[in-house]
Amino acid sequence: MSVTVEKPGKPAAAPETARSARSLVDAVFRAREISIAGALLLLVLFTWIAEPRFLGDQGIKDVLLNAAILVLLAVGQSVVVITRNIDLSVGSVVGLSAFACGKFVSGTDHGVLTVLALGLLVGAGCGIVSGALVSFGRVPALVVTLGMLYIIQGVDYWWAQGEQINAADVPQPVLDLGSGSALGIPYLPLIAFAVLAGTAYVLRTYRAGRELYAIGSSPEAARLAGVPIRRRVLGAYLFSGAVSGFAGALWLARFGTVVADNAHGWELTVVSAVVVGGVAIVGGTGTVWGAALGALLLTTIGSALAVLKVDSFWQDAIAGALLLAAISVDRIVRVRMTRALRKRSAR
Amino acid sequence: MKLRWDTAVGVLLVAVFLTGLGTTDGFASRDNLAFAFNDIAEVALMALPMTLLVVAGQVDLSVASMLGLGSALTGQLWDAGWAFETIVPIVLLVGVVGGLINGWLVTRVGLPSLAVTIGTLALYRGLASVVLGTGAITDFPETYAKWAVDTTTVPGTFLTYPVVLFIVLAAIAAVVLHATGLGRSLFAIGAQEDAAYFAGLRVKRVKLLLFVVSGLISAFAGVVFTLRYGSARADNGQGFEMLVIASVLLGGVDFDGGKGTLFGAVAGVLLIGVLKNLLTLNDVANEVQVIVTGLLLVASVLTPRLITTVSAWRHRRAAASTS
Repeated sequence: MSVTVEKPGKPAAAPETARSARSLVDAVFRAREISIAGALLLLVLFTWIAEPRFLGDQGIKDVLLNAAILVLLAVGQSVVVITRNIDLSVGSVVGLSAFACGKFVSGTDHGVLTVLALGLLVGAGCGIVSGALVSFGRVPALVVTLGMLYIIQGVDYWWAQGEQINAADVPQPVLDLGSGSALGIPYLPLIAFAVLAGTAYVLRTYRAGRELYAIGSSPEAARLAGVPIRRRVLGAYLFSGAVSGFAGALWLARFGTVVADNAHGWELTVVSAVVVGGVAIVGGTGTVWGAALGALLLTTIGSALAVLKVDSFWQDAIAGALLLAAISVDRIVRVRMTRALRKRSAR
Repeated sequence: MKLRWDTAVGVLLVAVFLTGLGTTDGFASRDNLAFAFNDIAEVALMALPMTLLVVAGQVDLSVASMLGLGSALTGQLWDAGWAFETIVPIVLLVGVVGGLINGWLVTRVGLPSLAVTIGTLALYRGLASVVLGTGAITDFPETYAKWAVDTTTVPGTFLTYPVVLFIVLAAIAAVVLHATGLGRSLFAIGAQEDAAYFAGLRVKRVKLLLFVVSGLISAFAGVVFTLRYGSARADNGQGFEMLVIASVLLGGVDFDGGKGTLFGAVAGVLLIGVLKNLLTLNDVANEVQVIVTGLLLVASVLTPRLITTVSAWRHRRAAASTS
């Protein structure tokens, strides 16, 4: 291990340069969220000019409703990705949880809270298994969660046996949660926002939250600094699982109709949202606000293309190209910025 | 003696095969074995470049989308009246271009391959649906379709054409990975990219080459898939990327890079194929097969870890009792 010793003869860096360098770095990181928000605004503006109905009451409501579940999943995923791990099982957790909730409530008069709690529990159960395997088994997260994806999906299909939950069997209060609104804003986006804000606050303010970043940027340094890595990583997976399960319950509320392959293949969309949102796949950086904006951007692209009557065949291709453009531009800007900073500090 | 994971997978493969012989009628027949392999032919083909990529610490999630694009192009060009002999080079060229895009974004722009190929996964699948829409093109003549089906064998042997193709490519990949300087550089890059760079290896060029080969083989797998089912569709092979990666990782290739053998990866692919066939023959539901794949995958990374932990524990105990 090497220890850097400050040379006594060397004068301390001028505080002014250090401060301006730091504020520049801050600006770059903040710029990430601002640039996504800017792209989102441009997209909305462009679509609105081409088709004014896009910003009608129904249009906005649709976008918000469509984004809500993806935002929730992106928030959960970011927490895991910040620790330099990944959770590929989220899509199948949503599927399993939605079906479990549907099976549980169909034909009964269970309340909304029971359903949400059940979804949360199912998801937390899945998350704790993945988390325990990753943190205590110390095995690669991608392999374990890919395995969990298959296992959970298989269990879900096996259980459902092609059966479908119909909206008619789901209690009205649950469906009301999916379609109702408060002060003109649908419940689902409100819930997603509450989870988002809460998570952002914990990540930013609490010690446990900061430790997740520490683990992601350098596991070895975090270990030496006494961060309980295993417990934190387990916690991140538990959170991601619980949020995905919760999202599954909301899925039931939103759509009413549930089949076994709900949210099939969503894991990659969620990871896309997180990456577009500036959460580095190698861990240590990014915010849940960025990830949520990324999710909102992806959803809005989908809606905008539909509103603009772009051939649906083009949608995947455009979404993929935009994702590549977003991460490339971000990377290029960052490299330039680092170079500029280095030049400045060398002066 | 320390049991290596890839050897263990090989032993497991033989054990499963012998179990099949002993318990399941018709398992060992030529027809069934030819069917069992052809059923996973595309996954097996794509697993070869994927092994090299993962050894070098990279991943290509876009392989199944490239398969779909290859399939869609094959169908659309055939429908437009092109000769098959012209179509195949065009499809291969598209595969090369797709691989170049992946490789360029990874090496020149400096993005992580996971992020890049999630993007091209959507992009190539999207282009496939732009090319062919939601329809299917199915009127491929017998002359071409017979190359990929499990009833045609290479003259003088009992092997189907996809099997022979796989054997040849696997042999090439094994030699490249384990007996050439290029192969050694893959391990070096996967283990410690900066060190490899400073040791004078052309890291970027090697990575670019790997992505190009991966794109090329995936596009060709699209042709094989199309002929095998006699149906070109934009959503052909959807979700195969997970299966390809699962097979490679099952064979003990370390996802963190720098470790693994081609033998292990091939054993992993075959194990998934044989198990799938055996479970199907015994009327085990598809859902259960999916669960088995998942459990195998989790076990494949957990078992070596457990063995190390247990042997370390026994070692400690032995040391304690002698002192």
